[in-house]
Amino acid sequence: MKKYILILSIIIFFGWGCDDNEFLNRKPTTILMPEDVWQDNELAFSVLADLYRRLPEYQTVDFWGDFTTFNMAFASNFGDYWRHQNAEWSYDEWGLWNYGLIREVNLFIKNAEDADENILSEKNRFVAEGRFVRAWLYFELVKRMGGVPLILEPLTYDFSGDPSYLQYSRAKEHEIYDFILDELDAIKEDLPNDVNIKSRATQALTLAMKSRVALYAASIAKYGVTTPTVSLPGGEVGIPAEKADSYYQEALNASEELFKDYPSYSLYDRKEDRSENFSYIFLDKSNNPEVIFVRDYIQSETWDGRSNIWTLHNQPWSVTEDLEGGRLNPSLNLVQMFEKLDNTFEQFKTKTEDGEYIYYDNIQDIFSDRDPRLAGTVILPGSKFKGKEVDIWAGYKLPDGSIITGDDFGQRKVLPDGSTPVQVVGMDGPIDGREWSAQTGFYVRKHMDPKTGSGQRGLKSDVWWVRCRLGEVYLNAAEAAFELKDLKKAADYINEVRKRAGFDIPLNPEEISFDRIVHERTVELAFEGHELWDMKRWRLAHKVWNGEAVDLSDCPWKADQVNTRPFGLWPYKFYDPGNPNHGKWVFEKRMPSIVTAADRFRLGNYYSRISDEIVNNNPKIVKNPNHD
Amino acid sequence: MKKFVLFTPLIMFFIVFLTSCEYDNYEEPKSRLYGKIVYQDEPINVGFNEVSFELWEPGWQLKVPINVIVAPDGSFSALLFDGTYKLTIPTWQGPFKSKVDTMTINLKRDQELDIEVEPYYMIRNPNFSVSNNVISASFGLEKIITGDEARDIEKVYLYVNKTQFVDIQSNIVKSELSGSDIENFDLITLTTPIPNLIVRQDYLFVRIGVKISNVEDFLYSPVQKINL
Repeated sequence: MKKYILILSIIIFFGWGCDDNEFLNRKPTTILMPEDVWQDNELAFSVLADLYRRLPEYQTVDFWGDFTTFNMAFASNFGDYWRHQNAEWSYDEWGLWNYGLIREVNLFIKNAEDADENILSEKNRFVAEGRFVRAWLYFELVKRMGGVPLILEPLTYDFSGDPSYLQYSRAKEHEIYDFILDELDAIKEDLPNDVNIKSRATQALTLAMKSRVALYAASIAKYGVTTPTVSLPGGEVGIPAEKADSYYQEALNASEELFKDYPSYSLYDRKEDRSENFSYIFLDKSNNPEVIFVRDYIQSETWDGRSNIWTLHNQPWSVTEDLEGGRLNPSLNLVQMFEKLDNTFEQFKTKTEDGEYIYYDNIQDIFSDRDPRLAGTVILPGSKFKGKEVDIWAGYKLPDGSIITGDDFGQRKVLPDGSTPVQVVGMDGPIDGREWSAQTGFYVRKHMDPKTGSGQRGLKSDVWWVRCRLGEVYLNAAEAAFELKDLKKAADYINEVRKRAGFDIPLNPEEISFDRIVHERTVELAFEGHELWDMKRWRLAHKVWNGEAVDLSDCPWKADQVNTRPFGLWPYKFYDPGNPNHGKWVFEKRMPSIVTAADRFRLGNYYSRISDEIVNNNPKIVKNPNHD
Repeated sequence: MKKFVLFTPLIMFFIVFLTSCEYDNYEEPKSRLYGKIVYQDEPINVGFNEVSFELWEPGWQLKVPINVIVAPDGSFSALLFDGTYKLTIPTWQGPFKSKVDTMTINLKRDQELDIEVEPYYMIRNPNFSVSNNVISASFGLEKIITGDEARDIEKVYLYVNKTQFVDIQSNIVKSELSGSDIENFDLITLTTPIPNLIVRQDYLFVRIGVKISNVEDFLYSPVQKINL
């Protein structure tokens, strides 16, 4: 009996002990619900910050390896040699279908629109920024996939068993571009105009992006005719040629509005030394007048993407602050594109016409008279990083042509008629096949943080990643003006950038050509994530990366020079005591032996594959051309 | 008895894991579809891993094609389940035009199938010779598709390689001639000096490649081994 009383009292105690409704409907303490978030500017901002963080990009400082894909650099890292050993890019490469993120952005916009302005005082700015993020996402999609389904509201499935109302067909390619341009116009007035806002959308950013987007659309319209098979009958891929001029005009207008109406932005010009000035565009975070939109970083010991690992991964081995570095080696293909200060092009001279070596007194002499941007983009042999001279030289060259070198950093050996071992190779290499040595003879300087500690794993760098800067807008304007046959204007805009770079002789309007435009973008915007998209929109990609294993291009000014394999330039010390040339420098062009394949960009790579899974889920989707 | 108890799990393990596979696995595809891409019974030679066609098996919920790659000598083969397949060559594949949009194939056991297509050009009488350390090739080009759909020749190439894989990407030396410089389409000659080989071998493989304008995939002649 006692037992029953006990059981009964337990049931009564636990049955009535609390209010079920309240007990089971407690607010979670680890997650914020929409009704809480949209009461507070700070909380809404944190949602937005997450959306900015997830903007897709192809080449960024987060991953150096993507910059080696197109032979502007060599991947000096053991696990990345495959990048130079595969002949083709998969049709899936650069593909994107991130409608999950687009739905989140659409939800953000809808919630922001529904919020009460009296409570959420920054409501209009949030809506505009949400629409900016969405426009950026559609730009990423249209660059990679062509026209995509344009979905502007959060879609929800009703579990009726029939999802056909969620199946949108692909918009035309130019419709997506038009949508982005219209959105940027519409949101401009709701955004702040403040030169010191860098990591959020501003008025200037809408103009800078308009200039880029309209230029892409224009060049696809103009140059798409050279690749007639890269198109779809429904217009999902390809833009009618007659639209080119109006897009070019739009790009020019947006750029000029930015130059005229936003005088607080200007080209960065604070350092005496031109090369240093160029590299500081990307390093100077105090009131930088050129930079328009960035992804910002902080120094941190964590590995969750909040700090910049570029310096850690790419620092020269001789000045490394940790147990790694030296991964990205800019190639001679890029280095020889930097022209001379008198606006002429010349390959590096290593031998006379008779086949004799040319002897240079100093290791840097071969690079003298070059565009100062070269030393601002690349760490050349004999130049300094973090106040210390890098040590890039490949060994001793003897009069009979043989070489004395080592296979370890700074190895020592006894020279002929010497008695004590001396260093026979630089502390940075180059050593063929040795990872993290400068296997092309160069290291990268752009985005490299000269602050002490930036190369330590426990600290890393806080240098930001520049997504958009005024220099690019000038080049956009120059290209648009050139295509609209206004050569005078094109020369003016391109000379703005070149004057800042350190060229004293301006280009004449007659000197502006398509080759010039392409070349200027290639050198000014190297390692800034433009090369793939530029080559795609000019429809040059299948010519430049045509799969043929050819030698280093001997016409570095040409837009369509074949560039399928990365090359290097190795300095040697000449050793012949008694000879007047003893101790001078000779150079040799060579290809790293790791490079075994030539890159081939197939017509099907212009627009990435839409997977069969996507087509099966939505039969209205048309596949992209030239895929098997 | 104790021994028996110890071995029971082991015996069970062998029974379960070593004998069950035969029962619960699918049978592997056993029927072979093979043949060549031909024009008038002559196989069309293409580049390595360049040309493919699609096999679709209707009736399934999800639609994913089986891609069949055409080998450099124009042959192909695929191991398949018995069934009805629809064969289609996408318009951008190969230096040729497909004659029919779709072919229906009823596959029961092995089947040989030559796919007849219409090439833009055919390489005629390729002939290679070596003299004085120079490889020379002569051949003719016959225009097959004429009229509105005709295409011009962009370039012709002579490729040389050390292995039997010879094409635009795999070659040690090549020579080329622009289509506009060709005077006589019945007799085109290309020459190239024999390169210095690091590892000596007394034979090389050669092949003619033809780039037709606005067609991505090259047309090739059969690979030929030449003795130096």
